[in-house]
Amino acid sequence: MSTATARRAERAGSKRRWVYETKDGHRIALLPLIVRYVLLLLVVAITIGPFVWQFLTSLKGVKDNLYAVPPIWFPAAATLKNYVRVSEIIPILTFVLNSLIVAVSSVGLNVAGASLAGYALARLKFRGKSLAFAVFIGALLIPGEASIISLLQMMNDTHLTNSLVAVFLPGCIGALNVLLLRNAFLAIPREIDEAAILDGANAWKRFWNIGLPSVKGTLAVVGLFAFMGSWDDFLWPLLVLTDTNKYTLTVGLNYLQGTFNQDPRVVAAGTMIAVIPLILLFLVLQKQFFKGIGEGAIKG
Amino acid sequence: MQLNGRAAPWLFLGPGLLITIAFVFYPFVRTIYNSFTNATPFNAGQLVGLANYQAALADPLFWIALRNSALYVVCVVPFLVVLPLLLALLVERLIPGIGIFRTAIYAPVVASMVVVVIIWQWLFNDRGMINGMLQELHLITKPIPFLSDPWLLLFCAMVVTIWKGLGFYMVVYLAVLGNVPRQLHEAAQMDGAGAVRRFRTVTMPAMRSTMILVGIISSVSAFRVFSEVYLMAGPTAGPGGQDTTLVTLIQSSGTGLSAQLGYASAVSVVLFVLTLGLLVVNLRLTQSKEN
Repeated sequence: MSTATARRAERAGSKRRWVYETKDGHRIALLPLIVRYVLLLLVVAITIGPFVWQFLTSLKGVKDNLYAVPPIWFPAAATLKNYVRVSEIIPILTFVLNSLIVAVSSVGLNVAGASLAGYALARLKFRGKSLAFAVFIGALLIPGEASIISLLQMMNDTHLTNSLVAVFLPGCIGALNVLLLRNAFLAIPREIDEAAILDGANAWKRFWNIGLPSVKGTLAVVGLFAFMGSWDDFLWPLLVLTDTNKYTLTVGLNYLQGTFNQDPRVVAAGTMIAVIPLILLFLVLQKQFFKGIGEGAIKG
Repeated sequence: MQLNGRAAPWLFLGPGLLITIAFVFYPFVRTIYNSFTNATPFNAGQLVGLANYQAALADPLFWIALRNSALYVVCVVPFLVVLPLLLALLVERLIPGIGIFRTAIYAPVVASMVVVVIIWQWLFNDRGMINGMLQELHLITKPIPFLSDPWLLLFCAMVVTIWKGLGFYMVVYLAVLGNVPRQLHEAAQMDGAGAVRRFRTVTMPAMRSTMILVGIISSVSAFRVFSEVYLMAGPTAGPGGQDTTLVTLIQSSGTGLSAQLGYASAVSVVLFVLTLGLLVVNLRLTQSKEN
């Protein structure tokens, strides 16, 4: 917890009042602070409660009654057996690996492709710029679901169906990401570019040495969104993948749910395997994320 | 390589433009073309004029899909505009532990829809947590058939959509809240305005344009709902297809060996036109309010 913040007592009238001062200088009296925490706990119970219930279900053994009224939260004897059973029923590690390949490719290509295009739109002068800009804006207006059937046909025509490349290729340079990065690059002062041009730095050098380091926050947001977007995607991999061994985690879980519906403990273990890495990743990047969002990813 | 020359911008833009044109514009144009043909997966088909559109208008499932997608927008959007703003105000101040709270509220956004739906199906189960608690409290004697009644299924899918969306829009509001000048709040406080009054006179006006933006984004995405409904109601979209939405209709009619690509494409074009219409209506409404 932050040490810069300090709780301090101060005189207000004749009473001594406790006032909490936040890092950025907001002062909150004791009662509103307590109300705030109570409300926060309530909200968190709603958003995290279902995950906790699922997690506890995944630890329950065959002797635990899943359907007790009133519901019993904790397992009598926690067991990891369900996690072992998931991997016996479906090749869950393969699914995780497939999802990782897709997500990492999507992050890499999005960060590289969108920052290059965004840089050109923001910092380079050339004819046809407004046309190129219009292409990316126009792409935002077309809902992906509206052309998904034709996209599937394209993959069939090129025999890419049932490959992981087909999963990440269509979304590998998102138009929205290009526009987000364009906005971030626009914020760099002109003079810096002009000085670099006088020094003889070409477009690539300016992009690499000046551009990229200034938009780290936005890059983090774009990368995180690309990762979550492809890790979570369901409709497209469901359509384009037919071979069980090629399934990504989301499609695989749907398959698990359909085939072995009878034991909720095993399904619960499967969902935990899918969700825990993502929540951990987010916890690690949390500070960067909230900062990057505030920096101008949305402001634009 | 000469990177100061005329080619440089196009080298930078090349990959992005190529991907966008190949995987967004081309399939879209092809969808429009297909919607006028009787194509199947193994046959490019012939031009049949407006037959697919006529078939859609005569198809009861199409009307059910349209109704459900529209209902989804009407029911889900108000919650996604208002609740996340309140949450953003709640997590705005940097009090101890706020990072953990923010992450905890954001967790449903991070989890994939498949995971979220499986979790909620387990909660909504006939013998699940929610029915168990309601029975324990003697509010009901028989379990509520959340997952077998078509209307309740749609309602449950909406609950899931809202629950999963809260954190996302909260972060959008949070980013903008930081830009509201603090002096405004302090001045209002000096004038003796309470928290509710300050919310109405300072926060709300400053957040108006963001609320409109959230309204637009959430209504367009609600109109395109697929995963929640497909996963909760199953591939048939509920008993007798009662929970069909436009996108589940596209998926069910456009895939598989007996797919009718022409028909699915026609529904896709309708989806596009209505989404665009939704955008235009939203923008019109907001502009007329500003004048």
